[in-house]
Amino acid sequence: MRFRIYRYDPDRDSAPRMQDYQLDDIRPGMMLRDALIALKAQDESLAFRHSCGEGVCGSDGMNINGRNGLACITPLAGLKEPVEIRPFPGMPVIRDLIVDMSPFYRQYRAVKPWLVREDPEPEVEVLQTPAQRARLDGLYECILCGCCSTACPSFWWNPERFLGPAALLQAWRFLADSRDQHSEQRLDQLEGPYRLFRCHTIMNCVEVCPKGLHPTRAIGQIKATMLKHAI
Amino acid sequence: MKTPARRRFDTLILGAGGAGLRAALQLARAEARVAVVSKVFPTRSHTVAAQGGVNAALGNVSPDNWHWHMYDTVKGGDYLGDQDAIEYMCRAAPKIVYELEHFGVPFSRLDNGRIYQRPFGGMTRDFGGEQAARTCAAADRTGHAILHTLFQQNIRARTHFFDEYFAIDLLRDDEGAVLGALVLEIESGEPLLIEAKTTLIASGGCGQLFRTTTNAHINTGDGMAMVLRAGLPLQDMEFFQFHPTGIAGKGMLITEGARGEGGYLVNREGERFMERYAPHARDLASRDVVSRAIATEIREGRGCGPQKDHVLLKLDHLGSGVVAQRLPGIRDMCRTFLHIDPAETPIPVAPTAHYVMGGIPTNRFGEVVAPEKTGAEDPVPGLYAAGECACVSVHGANRLGGNSLLDILVFGRAAGKRIIEFLSEHRNHRPLDEAAVERALQRLARWDRRGDGESVATLRDELTRLMEEHASVFRTEAVMRDGVDKLRALRARIADVRLRDTSRVFNTARIEALELENLVDISMATLAGALAREESRGAHSRIDFPQRDDARWMKHSLYWRKDDRLEWKPVRTKPLSVDSFPPKERVY
Ligand SMILES: Cc1cc2nc3c(=O)[nH]c(=O)nc-3n(C[C@H](O)[C@H](O)[C@H](O)COP(=O)(O)OP(=O)(O)OC[C@H]3O[C@@H](n4cnc5c(N)ncnc54)[C@H](O)[C@@H]3O)c2cc1C
Ligand code: SF4
Ligand code: SF4
Ligand code: FES
Repeated sequence: MRFRIYRYDPDRDSAPRMQDYQLDDIRPGMMLRDALIALKAQDESLAFRHSCGEGVCGSDGMNINGRNGLACITPLAGLKEPVEIRPFPGMPVIRDLIVDMSPFYRQYRAVKPWLVREDPEPEVEVLQTPAQRARLDGLYECILCGCCSTACPSFWWNPERFLGPAALLQAWRFLADSRDQHSEQRLDQLEGPYRLFRCHTIMNCVEVCPKGLHPTRAIGQIKATMLKHAI
Repeated sequence: MKTPARRRFDTLILGAGGAGLRAALQLARAEARVAVVSKVFPTRSHTVAAQGGVNAALGNVSPDNWHWHMYDTVKGGDYLGDQDAIEYMCRAAPKIVYELEHFGVPFSRLDNGRIYQRPFGGMTRDFGGEQAARTCAAADRTGHAILHTLFQQNIRARTHFFDEYFAIDLLRDDEGAVLGALVLEIESGEPLLIEAKTTLIASGGCGQLFRTTTNAHINTGDGMAMVLRAGLPLQDMEFFQFHPTGIAGKGMLITEGARGEGGYLVNREGERFMERYAPHARDLASRDVVSRAIATEIREGRGCGPQKDHVLLKLDHLGSGVVAQRLPGIRDMCRTFLHIDPAETPIPVAPTAHYVMGGIPTNRFGEVVAPEKTGAEDPVPGLYAAGECACVSVHGANRLGGNSLLDILVFGRAAGKRIIEFLSEHRNHRPLDEAAVERALQRLARWDRRGDGESVATLRDELTRLMEEHASVFRTEAVMRDGVDKLRALRARIADVRLRDTSRVFNTARIEALELENLVDISMATLAGALAREESRGAHSRIDFPQRDDARWMKHSLYWRKDDRLEWKPVRTKPLSVDSFPPKERVY
């Protein structure tokens, strides 16, 4: 199988280049991450992040044949050759497939992604009905891989001001939690033309999320809640 | 080499998994200056992969109390666990879980609004009676829910993170005190000295010892190997858990929760074979028991598939509703890696390397202890350990499912508390020992050697195959001796390994070389202990010594890297407040 992989090592290269690789030993069921590990055994200078190998740690997001995804759950079988692999678009490249994720993490931190309660703490759990808990499904599972935000044109153009789909999904995760008592503050914080409202419902984010989450719907729900809140 | 930059903190925490983050939160809330160093961004730590849940006798589903939980843990560990630590953990469990809930963990819920609890292996009511439902779950993504929540609360507490920094070695002075660590900033390739009054190792497990494993690529036992290089021992390393249900040939875990929700195992003949091995608990017997049963079925030719190398886990009778609601992650994983829906098709599974019971010896306060001055329980000044890398020991010879998440949280918190006490008594940093810094830098510099040589990937591949062949579910003297010889030869070859990638920037090849050194040291600790222990106990099964032998072997092993030396220390059989559970025959 043939691969074309983006290579750039600031220690050595003056500019990025694409390098061709060939892998002969392709076994059935092999994922792209397995192939990258095999290629690294041939050429150990090929650098990429990875860890769990099962789509839960969110380390190995990259651009695969033009689409963001996780290498470890991308089967080789469906990929057009040569498989073109690049780092996430719109992010500063550190080396090869490794990008600087700090703008992404900054926006995550900016939505204050933690539960806030004002009531005194009970000795036992705060109660929550199964229906209330079900509202968190499709939200809490985010693995912060960054596939969505780095596929979002609004995030490319305004990475400092537009929060991006991943952070907004988390903003909604806490707004939707029956236990959280900071809705007012959270909504106020999302006001203004950029943080939330730069989303133009282009849906790239939904299309690429490897966990099947739906940031656009969450963004819509925040907007609806804001509207209700305003009245 | 030029002298590296220096930073100073009250506490250095090596690891940002559940143990490290729980400790960090305790410390940050007490306004200590904490640095959390992790070789990956915190939420990529392997706690994220934990599925089934965390044990606590909340009694939300069936009547329960901590004393029953304690009994199960002592028995599950085949009487090698320290009963003071086990009592402490089981008593603390409900509080730990409520705390997590208050931090924001999205636990699944019962109709009355309380936390959902599922049955897990080895959990009983009334000291060995009916099955207990004790395992608190957020669907089958409990680890993810806990890790992300702890990270979120740490951001709130303004904990100082060093993400993508790799710890090289501990700095220890002549008096044995630990003064911090040398770490490597992976992005720039620059070393950094972190001086700290207290250092907590929370670096997780070492499942990468084996070729087929449920553990992530990063689980290379770095902290344990650092302890060995600092001249300290590791405890009970011969006890390595093989999980009964890893996806056959691939390794991804299928949580015990799948059996907790009603799934069961069948062999080639469609027989529900666990009824023969554990008439009472059947598929929810302890993990060592179920893994041995599967391995025996396979060895005796009753395995499934063309190679007869696995058995089947049946969930197809549960209905797609239960699978969707309680095991959504498992369903996704089966679809991705096997192209099957477990609600319709049974899952091929086999015993898979999963968890290390042994580790850095600590007491129940998270202090690292070693026989250096007066006895085996002497704390090493300034050094703490918690989580999978530590051996308290609460799991003894075999860990029960759902007890590791509990262990990392309970002892992460306990270590945090102990460190706060230490800091209030020790206000100043001890002077840094330059010789120790030099030694740590040397370790790094070795990898700057150029020229031709073997590759890291070659040795790592050989090592994991070696361990799979020579230290697996069933062990014998001959096979292990052979393994030790091969491992010695492999260890000697590390000197000839050379890196081809000489870049400073994000050099992952160099990281993997450092990890390889760590894995080799831990492999030796594992094989040395396994060869010496002439009995079968918990996860350690010797075909040549099939019985447990309490008179000779109810004791912990300690392994030192220098001369591959072993010593032994007694099990702490006395609990804190209740009567001791004396060893009994272990049947499920
Ligand atoms: C697939 C799977 C499912 C599981 N399910 C359950 C379950 O349902 N219930 C249960 O109780 N237990 C479960 N376990 C076990 C449990 O999840 C682990 O034992 C536990 O999460 C370990 O936590 P930890 O904090 O000790 O380590 P980890 O979460 O592994 O964290 C280790 C940290 O150390 C850092 N680190 C390591 N080396 C270095 C270095 N050299 N330099 C810098 N940083 C370093 C890493 O970056 C990471 O941040 C499961 C385990 C697996 C593999
Ligand atoms: S829907 Fe909104 S957030 Fe998603 S990609 Fe489009 S602009 Fe970005
Ligand atoms: S929403 Fe999906 S794509 Fe975006 S960070 Fe979370 S898991 Fe990744
Ligand atoms: S390696 Fe963890 S998500 Fe791919």
